[in-house]
Parts: sequence; structure tokens; C-alpha cells
Amino acid sequence: MSMFDAKKIRNDFPQFNRVINGKPIVYLDSTATSLKPQAVIDAITGYYTSYTANVFRGIYTTSEEATAAYEKSRELVATFINASSASEIVFTRNTSESINLVASSFVHPRLTKGDEVVTTIIEHHSNIVPWQVVAKEKEATLKIWDTTPDYVFDLSELPKIVTKKTKVFAISAASNVLGYLPPIKKIIAIVKSIHPDCIVVVDAAQAVAHMKVDVQDWDADFVAFSGHKMLGPTGIGVLWGKKNLLDSMEPYQYGGDMISAVYRDHAEYKEAPHKFEAGTPHIAGVIGLGAAVLYLSSLGMDAVRAHEKALIGYALGQAAKLPYMHVVGPTDLNIRGGVLAFTMDGVHPHDIAQVLNERNICVRAGNHCAMPLHAHMGVPATTRASLYVYTTTEDIDALITALIGVKKLFS
Amino acid sequence: MDLYREEILDHYKNPRNFGHLSNMTIGSTADNISCGDTISIELLLIGNVIENIRFSGVGCAISQASASLLTEHVKGKALVAVKNLTPDDVFALLAVTLTPSRVRCALLGYEALMKTIAKVI
Repeated sequence: MSMFDAKKIRNDFPQFNRVINGKPIVYLDSTATSLKPQAVIDAITGYYTSYTANVFRGIYTTSEEATAAYEKSRELVATFINASSASEIVFTRNTSESINLVASSFVHPRLTKGDEVVTTIIEHHSNIVPWQVVAKEKEATLKIWDTTPDYVFDLSELPKIVTKKTKVFAISAASNVLGYLPPIKKIIAIVKSIHPDCIVVVDAAQAVAHMKVDVQDWDADFVAFSGHKMLGPTGIGVLWGKKNLLDSMEPYQYGGDMISAVYRDHAEYKEAPHKFEAGTPHIAGVIGLGAAVLYLSSLGMDAVRAHEKALIGYALGQAAKLPYMHVVGPTDLNIRGGVLAFTMDGVHPHDIAQVLNERNICVRAGNHCAMPLHAHMGVPATTRASLYVYTTTEDIDALITALIGVKKLFS
Repeated sequence: MDLYREEILDHYKNPRNFGHLSNMTIGSTADNISCGDTISIELLLIGNVIENIRFSGVGCAISQASASLLTEHVKGKALVAVKNLTPDDVFALLAVTLTPSRVRCALLGYEALMKTIAKVI
């Protein structure tokens, strides 16, 4: 496995040329959204400058080019996550929309009173709220799987959580706060051994960007993720679903592009995935996502993971030297992604983030769209630094030095 | 580091009028759910005058210092005058330039105070 040089990689990201108040940017908020490499920007600009046209309808050259580029991206995404075919890739706006699509089109019609829906305490709101709503509406029971006090899952608890009544099991492949990487493949195997008909929905928003994801190896039923967290543009997301499941579902929205024929009183729909893509899609976004996938593939996802694993290990080591800094999440690097959320004695997370901004250090403060998890942890908010392919040990050092300054300022 | 100027940090570290009143007339709480901050205001009213005031709660330096400054500002004033305070008056007390994301923090104590006053006039 080849490692790569993050310092060289930074040259591919034009935002590192930006200077604010005479100082460069230390970007430690990739868990919120990643920076974009020039290749992605060029792909988007290329569509808008030389072959802008709608897809699936024009006979002319540029429309055919746009359609080909759009569908090529679908193939690239399919290969990237090892889908069995490109027709299992549905383009959405983001992870939230992908999960809503599953909740509305697959789960809602099948859920009945007394059924169970299981999600977990580590989830982003995107993988909690859609299930709350559908469970309430169908009078099903929503169960939340808690972590142990060490913020990991105890898999031996699954037989108590999952039953024959469980229709849906929804879980993140990587926590956006704890950095925890649950053993998804093992968990799915146990869930399916308890109840083979339970469908498993994986929120992979924080996983696909950071490690090799193989949806067939996981044996998940649906996997959702966003383009903007994996070097792609905002406004484009992906839902992967097993083809037989996608085929069995009603459309999510109705209108242009998703139909094969329309009569005065009824319509016939296209096959999946197109029946889920109503209206002119985010063509530039899809093309940009394809470029992002190519860029990540050129780095190699195992190398990406190795880089982040080494870097989070370094960050945890540096953080441990500050007695007033308390990092949340597991410390075993084998189950830890590149997320460093923490509290500091005597300083509020917002104040930390504000002072860091004086040094152009971009971190996030708050509950990171995971209010139930923060309630579970017993803290109202955390400050979160997060890593990616372009993050260096110098970035971590800048953070730690700044945090020492923060502590001095407030004590 | 304008935002954390000396006076702000002083009010954060040594909040004025912090705690509870044993003889309060009325009180209210305001929450900033997204960051978990909360501030409660308690008033002792004599006639239409804020005779005494306390605040309590948890939050960032901006929310706490802002509430502290505000309690000093309104103590001894008539309710009608305090009711007319605007967010701009609070920003003037703070005398710092707030980024948009911190405006809500700065106004949490103000919000609790206005909720309290709305109960009586």
C-alpha cells in the first residue's frame, strides 16, 4: 500500500492559496465538508463552459456528451463502492435525502403497527429523525441502541435490540463526533442472523470519503452518502440500494425524467435508478462527484485511511499532553477515524472555536447534528477538529498550540 | 482578539449579579438549544422599578458576559425603559464586533430579560 504526501496533495486544493489577515487557512472541518481539488472544480467548470446541455433528451453532440458524462459518473461511483451495477446508484441531494427516500419509498409502505425500527445513539440527525417520523406515523416502535460507557457498541447486546419485529436497522459506518468506526460487516451479519428480512440502512456519509467501502462485502441493503464530504460539490448525494429492493419501491418524487410514458390519466415509470431521479438532475454536481471519485481512487482509499489513522494517532497523543483537554471517542486507532471532538475545562466550545478563528483555524463547535449523542455524553456541546487527505501534522501542531493559548486566555 | 477584550473576560470570569434572589418577583429562562446554553433572569420589582436582578445559567463567554453587563445596566431602572431596550443596546454594552454566528449568544440574556418583562407589562 502506497502512502502519500499530504503536503504535495495540498497543491491540488486551491483554497490553501487563500490568505486571511495575512495568514493561511488551517482547515480542520472536513467532517462538515471537504475542500475541493482543482480536478473537481475543472470538471464542473468544464460542463458549464463547453458542454452545458440537459441530459437524456438532446440529439445534438453536447447533450450526448452531458448524458455520457452523467452516466459515466454513475459507473465510477458504482465501482468505487463495489456496487454490483451502476443501476444501483441513485443520485440524490445528500445523505439526508437518501435516507428520507428509503424511509418514504421503502419503509413507509411496509411498516405496520407494532413493528420496530432500530437506530443508534451515535447517529447524525439525518439517521434518526426520518425514522422517528415514519415510526410515529405507522405506530411502530423506535429503539435506540446505546454505546457502552467507552463509546463503542457491545455486539452481544444485539439479540436484545433486534427482534423478528425489526423491519429496519439504521446505523452509521463512522461517527461524525466520536470518530468511532463500528464493525459494520459484523453488525449486519448478526442483525441478519436474528432476522433475515430486516433491512439494514447504513449512513456512510463519514465513511465513504475516508476508507474503502464495499457495499457487497458489508451485505447492507441501502447505503447513503454525500458528495461534498468526499471532495465533490455540495448538493449531490448518493443512495445505493440492492437492485431488487430498488425495483420493488415506488418512486420518491414524480415528474420529468422519471417517466417512460405519460397518458391523460396515468403514467409509467422508468426503471431504477432513473425512476428516483425526478426532474432535471444536478448534472454538474454528478460530473463533479465523478471527478472526486477518480481523484480519491488515484490516492487509493487504503492509503487515505492509513494517512488519517496515523494522523489521528498523532493528534490523540498531542491532545493527551493537555490535562484540561478531554477528547471523546475510542482511543483504539483500529476503530477510530479522523475526528477529534473534545471539551476543555473552563472554556465553552464556542469560545474555543472563536479564538481559533483568530488564527484561521477552522473547527466546528456545537452538537454537530448529534443532539441525542451529546445528551448521552452529558455535555451540551463539543469542539471538533477533523482530518482529511490534505491534513498534516503541522495542522495538528497549530491546533494544539492555539488551544494552549485559549486556555491561558480564559484562566 | 477584540472579541475577548479585557472587560468581557472580566465579566465572564467574575459575573456581576450572578445567582438567585430569595425574594424574586418574577423570572424567565431562555435557551439556545443548538449550543446548549441557557440563561435565567430573576427580578425583584418594587413598583415599576427593577430593584434587584440576578442571572444564572451556563454558556460561552459572550453569553455570560453579555448577561452580566445587561444586569448592571438595567438594575434600578424603570420597567418601561428596560422594555424599550433593543439588541443594538446590548451590542453597544458589549462594544465588540460580533460575527453573525455569535449574535444569538450575545442576546441570550436579553431574551430572558424580555421574556420576564413581557409577563408584567
